[in-house]
Amino acid sequence: MDVSMYTEIISALSATMRVSTPLILAAMAGIFSERSGIVDISLEGKLLAGAFISAAVAAVTGSAWLGLGAAIVATMLLSLLHGFASITHNGNQVVSGVAINIIVSGMTVVLGIAWFHQSGQTPSLPNTARFMPLHLPGSETIGNIPILGDIYTKILGGHNLLVYVAFLSVALTWWVLFKTRFGLRLRAVGENPNAVDTAGISVAWLRYRAVLIAGILTGIGGTYISIAQNASFIREMSAGQGYIALAAMIFGKWKPVPAMFASLMFGFLDALSIRLQGVEIAGIGQIPVQAIQALPYILTVAILASFAGRAVAPKADGVPYVKER
Amino acid sequence: MRRQPLPAWADVILIPIINIALALLVAGAVIALIGENPFKAFSVMFQGAFGYAEGVGYTLYYATNFIFTGLAVAVAFHAMLFNIGGEGQAYIGGLGVALVLLAFDGMLPFWALLPLAIIAAMLFGAAWAAIPAYLQAYRGSHIVITTIMFNFIASNLMVYLLVNIFIVPGSMSPESRVFDSVAWLPSAHDFLARFGIDVAASPLNLSFIIALIAGVLVWLFIWHTRWGYAIRTVGFSEPAAEYAGINTKKIIMLTMLISGALAGMAGINEIMGVQHKLLLDFVAGYGFTGIAVALMGRNHPLGIVLASILFGALYQGGADLTFEMPNISREMVTAIQGFIILFSGALTYMSRPWLERLFGLFARTEATEEVPHGR
Repeated sequence: MDVSMYTEIISALSATMRVSTPLILAAMAGIFSERSGIVDISLEGKLLAGAFISAAVAAVTGSAWLGLGAAIVATMLLSLLHGFASITHNGNQVVSGVAINIIVSGMTVVLGIAWFHQSGQTPSLPNTARFMPLHLPGSETIGNIPILGDIYTKILGGHNLLVYVAFLSVALTWWVLFKTRFGLRLRAVGENPNAVDTAGISVAWLRYRAVLIAGILTGIGGTYISIAQNASFIREMSAGQGYIALAAMIFGKWKPVPAMFASLMFGFLDALSIRLQGVEIAGIGQIPVQAIQALPYILTVAILASFAGRAVAPKADGVPYVKER
Repeated sequence: MRRQPLPAWADVILIPIINIALALLVAGAVIALIGENPFKAFSVMFQGAFGYAEGVGYTLYYATNFIFTGLAVAVAFHAMLFNIGGEGQAYIGGLGVALVLLAFDGMLPFWALLPLAIIAAMLFGAAWAAIPAYLQAYRGSHIVITTIMFNFIASNLMVYLLVNIFIVPGSMSPESRVFDSVAWLPSAHDFLARFGIDVAASPLNLSFIIALIAGVLVWLFIWHTRWGYAIRTVGFSEPAAEYAGINTKKIIMLTMLISGALAGMAGINEIMGVQHKLLLDFVAGYGFTGIAVALMGRNHPLGIVLASILFGALYQGGADLTFEMPNISREMVTAIQGFIILFSGALTYMSRPWLERLFGLFARTEATEEVPHGR
């Protein structure tokens, strides 16, 4: 194997980690919400809202942490709105989610132009107002070991804090869902809310907590997109990642670890496709840029269409719970 | 507390009006939040939409697109399918129109071009809906996600086609050549001028009439044909439809193909009626507006036409608003659409309990009955 091939693989894997982060966070958000029985198409809008608010607050205050906090508050408010429509008023959950996506798509530009006068963009952030790459302890010594050193410093290390938060969220999601009483009840309310209600536990309160957790996770994901992966907010910058995360969640059968691997797979294919730009492929020739840009969306459809897309959702997913009287 | 069941007119007229009012109230709050006067903003919008003849023309031109995309979403809703792909289907429908006109505008007369272009718009729109429809019917893939993905794919495909294939050699902008004027739909002002009626020039054209005809046809189809009945049955209960001997998979395909064909018709208005060439992003969100229109119009063609005119006014008024008050961007209209979808789609009956109490108060003297809480 020649050296350039080796560095290409290392950089593709490193990019995979960065591209997958918002997908993982949004997929975990989707798992919390849908395991409790609330379909959440608004992951996309929440990522976009989180990206906008964090970039706006970081630009004004100069603090990435304040940006993150504000983004989480904003996305939790959107979750409350989704909950108000789908839990309190038994509204159509998909319609509510689409409404939130369209509201956010309009509002981020309206507020962006009103506040910053840069045709919907936020000002470019200095590094001090962003989440910057961290170096893992011992990088200097371990980095010198061939292969293993590159894996440690470039694939596992060298990312910003939020990348690690995303992977931590997978472990936490698994632990909360499968090892705590709250998680047991949350899963039960997504399968059979009637039974949970009969046991004297509030269906609505459980579902509200689930969508609020989804709000926190998407707030972190949105923050990552605008002030860690990039240095400002650009209109429509979530670019369908919320929907791709939903596909990853379905592909991962509503389970945290498989959903993480599905997100990583989407991320890897994305990282790979960027490297295909301008490359001549024997027999086909150069692949058009637009085909490469469309690839994540085509793959999403392909995966939903494959046998994996037929996975069974939680039984009460998307069904409003109306108490019998 | 005594409650009165709502009369039918309150359900059909009052509740939608309350929902629009709530959406505009929130929009007004947003305008106030960015430091502008909401009353002034709304009056600028109203003036822009209805205050002068040219504005009215633009309002109805936008409404034409929304009637098509709104009918598309509504037909799918009748089978409980949520087609968010109107955006992509309209885009590809426009591609079909352009292909026909570019190929035949030098040889065929207008009366032959129009039906061909309509067939192409419908076929291409339906084709773009066909794959998500098939995957929903036969593979159980979530149609909301697949249709959204097809919007993204359509957008990339059109950039590719325009930049590499349709572009006029030597030109910098990714657009096709302009069609021969024989292939242009007659505009309202030209058409009316023939009868000596003078109206201001606007993009309003014959496709507005075609859209109204489509509305009537959809009404006949959904409520007066066997297929329409089957579609509504599937929407009401898929297992029941299956039990009654309806092939639900075929009905899902049929519904989505019709839905895609209707969305594709927006290409007739935009490409054949207004732009007279194929260009990037001519759909400009009309597919998403169709969702708001269908929800507000309660999936009924008459409601959809009325809601389309309201949204046409929003679009046209919004354009004037940005001109008059530069601090409020055009995307305000997108946000208002979102609020309307929220209130009339997801929070439809939020106001009902209060209204029932209100009607209960005024109906004390009549025989009131105790209505159990909820519905």
